[in-house]
Amino acid sequence: MSKIVSGATKLLSILVAVPAFADAEVGELEWNLRKGVTNISSDVYDLHMLMFWICTAIGVVVFAVMFYSMFFHRKSRGAKAANFHESVKVEVAWTVVPFLILIGMAIPAANTLIAMEDVSEPDVTVLVTGSQWKWHYKYMDNDVEYYSLLATQQEQINNKFDKGENYLLEVDRPLVIPTGKKVRFLVTSDDVIHSWWVPDFAVKKDANPGFINEAWTRVNEPGIYRGQCAELCGKDHGFMPVVVIAKEPAEYDAWISEQEEIQRKAKEEEQKLLALNMSMEELMEVGEKVYLASCAACHMPTGQGLPGVFPALKGSEMVTQDIPAHIDIVLNGKTGTAMQAFGKQLSLRDIAAVITYERNAWGNNTGDMVQAKDVNAALTGN
Amino acid sequence: MSTVAEHSHDDHDHHHHAPSGIKRWLYTTNHKDIGTLYLWFAFIMFLTGGAMAMVIRAELFQPGLQIVDPNFFNQMTTVHGLIMVFGAVMPAFTGLANWLVPMMIGAPDMALPRMNNWSFWILPFAFLILLSSLFLEGGGPNFGWTFYAPLSTTYSNDSTALFVFSVHIMGISSIMGAINVIVTIFNMRAPGMNWMKMPLFVWTWLITAFLLIAVMPVLAGVVTMLLTDKFFGTSFFDAAGGGDPVLFQHVFWFFGHPEVYIMILPAFGIISQIVPTFSRKPLFGYASMVYATASIALLSFVVWAHHMFTTGMPVATELFFMFATMLISVPTGVKVFNWVATMWRGSITFEIPMMFAIAFIVLFTLGGFSGLMLAITPVDFQYHDTYFVVAHFHYVLVTGAIFSIMAAVYYWLPKWTGKMFDITLAKWHFWCSLISVNLLFFPMHFVGLAGMPRRIPDYALQFADFNKWISIGGFAFGLSQLIFLALLIKACKKEGEPVSDRVWEGAEGLEWEQLPSPAPYHTFETPPVVK
Ligand code: HEC
Ligand code: HEM
Ligand SMILES: [Cu+2]
Ligand SMILES: [Cu+2]
Repeated sequence: MSKIVSGATKLLSILVAVPAFADAEVGELEWNLRKGVTNISSDVYDLHMLMFWICTAIGVVVFAVMFYSMFFHRKSRGAKAANFHESVKVEVAWTVVPFLILIGMAIPAANTLIAMEDVSEPDVTVLVTGSQWKWHYKYMDNDVEYYSLLATQQEQINNKFDKGENYLLEVDRPLVIPTGKKVRFLVTSDDVIHSWWVPDFAVKKDANPGFINEAWTRVNEPGIYRGQCAELCGKDHGFMPVVVIAKEPAEYDAWISEQEEIQRKAKEEEQKLLALNMSMEELMEVGEKVYLASCAACHMPTGQGLPGVFPALKGSEMVTQDIPAHIDIVLNGKTGTAMQAFGKQLSLRDIAAVITYERNAWGNNTGDMVQAKDVNAALTGN
Repeated sequence: MSTVAEHSHDDHDHHHHAPSGIKRWLYTTNHKDIGTLYLWFAFIMFLTGGAMAMVIRAELFQPGLQIVDPNFFNQMTTVHGLIMVFGAVMPAFTGLANWLVPMMIGAPDMALPRMNNWSFWILPFAFLILLSSLFLEGGGPNFGWTFYAPLSTTYSNDSTALFVFSVHIMGISSIMGAINVIVTIFNMRAPGMNWMKMPLFVWTWLITAFLLIAVMPVLAGVVTMLLTDKFFGTSFFDAAGGGDPVLFQHVFWFFGHPEVYIMILPAFGIISQIVPTFSRKPLFGYASMVYATASIALLSFVVWAHHMFTTGMPVATELFFMFATMLISVPTGVKVFNWVATMWRGSITFEIPMMFAIAFIVLFTLGGFSGLMLAITPVDFQYHDTYFVVAHFHYVLVTGAIFSIMAAVYYWLPKWTGKMFDITLAKWHFWCSLISVNLLFFPMHFVGLAGMPRRIPDYALQFADFNKWISIGGFAFGLSQLIFLALLIKACKKEGEPVSDRVWEGAEGLEWEQLPSPAPYHTFETPPVVK
């Protein structure tokens, strides 16, 4: 008997110690929710631990009774069955007591929830748009917007190269936000439902096509925070990370005005470049890069697509013959299909290059060249 | 009364020229035959869906893409989920209802035996259609068993039509099965079997049947809306045409949440039969069990949006669904307390059905705890669509529903075959399953909390260690089920020691007290008298 009791206390102490330990070293032991870097995320963490302990306590009591009974009320120990089978008092007690415990949980939960949903009076607003399979960020108060794509090399995913430290959690252009400011996110989608999630902020909001959701955060510490798309959004749902860099407000201000400048210049450059013709080599080189970054997820690096899902471009009638239709579908996409409008995603030069690439890669060898000015002509209607 | 008259005519046929071989099974209207068909079908589907889980776990054994491409991976998770829910758990419970409800209420058969035959025999076609869609160009459904629009409409391929068709057939089958259960219980109870004397398995199935009739048409509606959106130009779920993709989720989960109770209420009934038997003590709080089941069923209609907290609902709506969901844990808790009180001061023995029942009580409760945590909206924002959810629903479905089904099979198998099953194999099956299932699903809580989303074919490096163990647990659990297969084959070959009519010392109820083992092909042709 005493053996059992000491065994049971040992087991209990392990059970209790493990989560307590996790509590102490959240960062290193990657097996509990994180406290995160906002007041809200820390409230959420506290709620989580509160729930965990309440559930553990109830579990310990109920199962202690059950295991006691399994041990002491065994037939092999000569236990004779009693014959009681109801008791209104007991039944009322174990209906009412859990109800009271629930009220104890509901109050802090409701408070946190109400705080989380209060998106009023933001300092900075960012429009977050999901599409297959990338995020687009647009700063509503500045002339800055860009796409953010997975930066992990395909070779790492296919086990040809060693996997880097931030495998699948790295992007080419992270979102940048200021610390200590209330940042509001307007979340929407261009195609299917995605979900924008940063665990360290305790922000997860679905991106619904045709509707705009709101969320907000106020980050306390500068740093790099990583998350992922959380709603199944098709083939590359697992390859759609979110990376946010939180900078001190001064640094952030410098960064955003620098970006504004860069994006303004780029637009001017683009107009100038219209007059220039690129060589076939140049077009093919740029085109391949653009293709791999923006098109290969669906049409595959080999141009063969996924039969029945995404069409092959290799040998396609449109790609080998009809230039205006080809330019049109890349610029404007095709509504009601997964083919997006790339006119607003890529520069004129990149579009020209990728079209040229598609018309000459994988044995398509049409010899056609499409220049930025052709694309511009299609865009402006001359 | 007319059903009964017609029905005895049917029996009459069997007596004189019962067909044999395949025709016996194709034409059968006997509730025991149909129960057997359902149970074998469910088991085959369980192994099929399990094979897909093995593909999923093999791909997730380590980071990187090794075995399947992401599009096929999505088809595997989708079809695995659909098969386990509609092909394994639900038909297994219907099979148990077929076998047991007439024997427990003293009826000669189900009330509508021909419809019974039909409701089973359309099922294999539903799943053939679903499985064959995997071999079409572009593959089968890849949008998750929840098939959210517009991923399943605008962005899916043409095999979606087959998916819709097969879900329709599954729904029709379930509705017919449910009607049969209700009509049987209402009209065919033996004299003296009044409502508050019915065994709890019958009660829980009766309530389940009403849930089925209420929500299967909603499922049929939502897949039809999906079909017309995709192929006939409507825009229920397409914002561009004035629709709303979130509407899909409301309709789906209005079906989906009661559906999860459809998969657990009969399990409550089974456990409430088994625990008293092996505690040699009547069930504690019979009446409160009935009321708890009914209140769970009613509440299950007003909690659906707890699956949708991140879709951006108004705060007031979120609060309502949070409170309503928390409330469900009260009647669920009452059930668990009642089982423990039944064991308290009993005279307990640990035969195989009891071991599964005890494992059920502990592990289902664990799934209940994570469910309560998920109800807390602010924290659900963190848990939602991560492996924490996958852990939660596998605890309630695998160690809940599936364990209860296994407990039921072990409990009633000797009554069905007249022979004791191979106890050594059964013990192996129990212990291997128990250990591996926890290795499989427990660490999923940890990776989920650490931030691993569900439905992904590849993951970041910090999740690698746990995933390796999860996969090993998965393979072990899969293999353990082959022990069960071997045991069932032996049982069907009628190997083993003959058993007494009561089979288990403490068993009570018509099927144990008034029927021989094995139960003959026709039972209770004259109704028993219930004291
Ligand atoms: C999210 C998946 C996806 C991405 C990314 C994508 N496409 Fe497409 N693309 C499609 C689909 C689906 C179609 C078929 C549309 C239809 O049904 O006609 C298509 C069609 C096309 C066609 C017409 C093919 C034909 O024979 O009709 C061309 C050309 C094309 N895409 C070029 C591109 C280029 C260039 C890019 C990259 C800048 C790209 N696509 C990126 C999904 C995609
Ligand atoms: C053989 C043991 C099983 C294993 C190893 C297993 C494993 C898995 C895995 C890895 C997933 C995918 C999670 C994801 O990527 O999102 C999954 C999903 C799922 N499983 Fe299981 N599972 C098993 C048994 C069951 C059973 C018995 C049921 C039902 C009773 C079930 C119901 C589901 C459901 C509903 C889903 C969700 C599918 C979806 O995401 O659309 N599983 N399972
Ligand atoms: Cu996604
Ligand atoms: Cu639910």
